[in-house]
Amino acid sequence: MADQATFSEQAVPFMDALYAAALRLTRNPSDAEDLVQETYLKAFRGFKGFEQGTNLRAWLYRILTNTFINSYRSKKRRPDETEFDEVEDLYLYRRLGGLEAATVGRSAEDELMDWFSEAEVKDALEALPEQFRMAVLLADVEGFSYKEIADILDVPIGTVMSRLHRGRKAMQRELYDFAKARRLLPDDAVAPATVPSTKSAGRSSGPAHKGNTR
Amino acid sequence: MTDPCEEALHELYHFLDGELTDERRTLITSHLDGCTTCLGAFDFETELRHVVAERCRDSVPEELRLRIAALIEHERFEASE
Repeated sequence: MADQATFSEQAVPFMDALYAAALRLTRNPSDAEDLVQETYLKAFRGFKGFEQGTNLRAWLYRILTNTFINSYRSKKRRPDETEFDEVEDLYLYRRLGGLEAATVGRSAEDELMDWFSEAEVKDALEALPEQFRMAVLLADVEGFSYKEIADILDVPIGTVMSRLHRGRKAMQRELYDFAKARRLLPDDAVAPATVPSTKSAGRSSGPAHKGNTR
Repeated sequence: MTDPCEEALHELYHFLDGELTDERRTLITSHLDGCTTCLGAFDFETELRHVVAERCRDSVPEELRLRIAALIEHERFEASE
């Protein structure tokens, strides 16, 4: 059982990260502020039930995502989550990896940083259907483990892995569109990176794979 | 039998996510030591992950921080009444 007197001291350091997550989820600063405020008030009220020594950060994200799902998510349409299934693995690398290899004297990281602005990366993440977005945000931005994400979102680990797999591919496609739109690239893949093809999706069933080049 | 490159790429995300057993991790690491093709893909995905995490930071507005602190103080005060 946690002492409410220590709540602020323990929970406030996570506020920047929770606010960033709230922005990605709501895609709107005013809703994000409300969501963070509501999360902290709920957390404070429920803090007595929080077991000290367990994962406070995960606990706060669980409250945040639950509150988002219950009160803020757009109710109008179910996003079409099958839309992204045809995106191949390593989508971006197959298209940009070759360019990177051709550039000498700079690190891969410099290159990628130059290719995508902060706004573009945020937009690419925010463009994902909510369930994918939550999974990718929790894993790739916040660094939670599959198990932690499963607990936060209250879904099986297999579901987490599937949403991550599809969400990451979809996000790569969004990023590629930005790179193309900014004319960083010719209309289609240039010097595709040489990479062995993979069987798609998380399971290694199925017959011999198709070639990955066109 | 299974192609080692295919196997490594298949586990790329589990590797980056730190979700592999030590044994699988060691196998992949030793494959990457000898395979520049796969290493290129692993490096690219590692850097991309880094870029995404770095670019998605925001700072909470000071006004909101103060508002939340005040609301919590208020609740604490009410509770102690």
